Amino acid sequence: MTNGILIIGELTSGTPATGTLEALAAGQQLIASFPDEQVAVLLASESVGEAPLIAIAHGADIVYVIEDKALAGTPPDAVVAVAQAAVEQVKPRFVIGTKTLLSRDTLPRLAARLGTALAQDCTALSVDAQGRLIAVRPTYGGNAEATIACLSEPAVAALRSKIVEPLPSDSARAGKVIRLDVDLTTNVIRTRSIERVEREPEGVRLEDAKVIVSGGRGLGSREAFSHLDDLAKLLGGAVGASRAACDAGWVPSSYQVGLTGKTVTPDLYIAVGISGASQHMAGCSAARTIVGINKDAGANIFKESSFGVVGDWETVLPAFIEQLHELLD
Amino acid sequence: MLHLVVTVKQVIDPETPLSAFRVDNGRVASPPNQSSVINGFDEQAIEAALRLKETLNDVHVTVISVGANFALDVIKKPLAMGADALILIQDSAFENNIDPTLTITALVAAIRKLGSVDLVLAGRQASDWDNGQVPLAVAESLGWPSATVAKSVTVEGHTARVQRVLPDGHELVELDLPAVITVSNELGTPRYPNMRGIMGARRVQPVVWSASDIGIDVAAIQPAFDLIGLAKPTKSMETEFIVGDDDADAGRKLALRLRESQIV
Repeated sequence: MTNGILIIGELTSGTPATGTLEALAAGQQLIASFPDEQVAVLLASESVGEAPLIAIAHGADIVYVIEDKALAGTPPDAVVAVAQAAVEQVKPRFVIGTKTLLSRDTLPRLAARLGTALAQDCTALSVDAQGRLIAVRPTYGGNAEATIACLSEPAVAALRSKIVEPLPSDSARAGKVIRLDVDLTTNVIRTRSIERVEREPEGVRLEDAKVIVSGGRGLGSREAFSHLDDLAKLLGGAVGASRAACDAGWVPSSYQVGLTGKTVTPDLYIAVGISGASQHMAGCSAARTIVGINKDAGANIFKESSFGVVGDWETVLPAFIEQLHELLD
Repeated sequence: MLHLVVTVKQVIDPETPLSAFRVDNGRVASPPNQSSVINGFDEQAIEAALRLKETLNDVHVTVISVGANFALDVIKKPLAMGADALILIQDSAFENNIDPTLTITALVAAIRKLGSVDLVLAGRQASDWDNGQVPLAVAESLGWPSATVAKSVTVEGHTARVQRVLPDGHELVELDLPAVITVSNELGTPRYPNMRGIMGARRVQPVVWSASDIGIDVAAIQPAFDLIGLAKPTKSMETEFIVGDDDADAGRKLALRLRESQIV
C-alpha cells in the first residue's frame, strides 16, 4: 500500500530551496484529497543543519534526513541512489520534485528505477476522483498544453518553479524528523567529476533575475544591445536574447533564452524586437508579466504579452527609459 | 571497433509559428501536415559522434529513431552527414506519445539486439515534449552510467571524458563505457551534409524494424501516463496595447502604465 506524498527536496546554502518550499505547499494542497495521509520531504546532503525545521515550518509533516559525505557537491549518482532508497522505504503514492538543474539529471533516472516515467515540468497538479495525480504541462514550446493522468504507483512529477506560493513560515507547526540510513559506499558513483570550474557571473544571472530585458532579430545590431543594458541596469535586471540575436553574433550564446537556451522565470520580461517563435517562448512563458515591443502588430509575442507597444523600438525604447528614470529616481 | 549509437527524434519544426500549429481532436497534426525536422539537440549528438569517427580508428555510427510517420528526406539527414547506418523503429503506437515508456523500451530492445554498443549519444531533450528523460532512462534500463549536457566528448580506451555545460562554467567528468551521454548545443553547429554525403545517403536504405522485430509487445507495456487532453493554451489575459500620439509617446505611456500597475 502506498501512502502519502514524498517531496524530493533540495538545499541551497543550507536551507530548503524555494522550489522545495513551493513543492511542500503543492503537496499540502494535494494531500487534502487523502485525509489522514501526510506530506513528507527528503532532505539529503552532506549536512542538513537547520533545514528540517524550516521545512516543517513550511508544511512538511515528516522530514526524512539522509546525511552522508558522498552527497557533497550533489553528484547525480548519489542523489538518485538516496532518493530511490527513500522512496522504497517510505512507499509514497506520489513523488514530487522540482524542476532544477540537478533534478533534470536525477528525476528521470529515479522514475526509471521505480519502473515508471516522470511527468516533467508541470504547471498544475491535482487529484482526480480516482485518486490519480493529474498534471498539466506545456508542450511544443508552449504551443500546446497537455493534461495527463499518472497511472503508476508511485506517480513521479516535477513541478515548475513559481507556480505555487510557499506556505508562510509557521514555527509552531509540528512535524517529525526521521533519519534514514543508505549505504553509499559501494560503486554508487560511476560518473566521476574530475574538475569543476564555475566563474562568478557578471551582474545578475538570467536564471535569478527578477527583470529580464531581451532583444531579438529586430534590434538589428550588436550596438543596439547597449540600450537593453541601460534598461536592465535601471531595473536591476539582466539582459537576454533570442536565438536569432545570438546566432548573428550580437551577444554570446549564454544570453540565449528559449528551448535551446535558458529557461527563465522573472517577474517582468521585456521582449524587444522578438517575434516570439515557440522556440523562444518555451524559455520565458513562465514570466509573471511579459511586455512586447515590436513593430509588427501581428507578431506572436503579443499573444503572450500582458502589455504591448506596436512601434519602432529605436524610438519607443529611449522614451520608455527616460520616463522610467523620472519615475524611479 | 567502437560502436556508437545516436538516438534521434523527428519533431515538428519548433520554429513553426503558433498560427500554423495545429491540434486536431486532441492530437498534434502529424507530418506531412506539418513540416518536420530532426530535433536540434539530436543533430548535435550526431555531430559529436562524427567528430569521434574523425579522430579515432574504426568507429561505426548507427543512428536509431523511434516513430510512427517518418519523412524519409528528413530522417535520412544523419546518413548524409556521415553516419554509417540508420535504423527506424516504426509503429503507430509511437505517434505523438507523451509517455516515454514505449520509446525507452524500444530503444533498449534495439540496443540489445545490436549488441556490442559502446556508447549512446543523444540530444539533451526534444523540442516537442521537452522531457529530457529518454536517454537517462535508457541508461538506467541498460545499467549503464550516464552524463548530461556535453559540450565535448572524447573516448580513450574504455573511458569517455565529457565536458559538461554548467550555467556559469563547466565540469569535466569521466565514465566507463558502455555509457549514455546527452549532448547540448554548446557542442557547436552540426555540419551540413556535403554533395558526396547526400549522394551517398541516396544509396543507403534505412533498416526498418517493427516492434515485434525487436521482441516487444506494445500492448503488454504498462503505460506511465494517460493523455487526457491536449489543447492550444487558452489565453488567460488580453494584451493591453499601449497607444500614444507617436512611438515615443507610447514608450512614455508604457513606463507610466507599468509603474501604475506596480510592475516596476
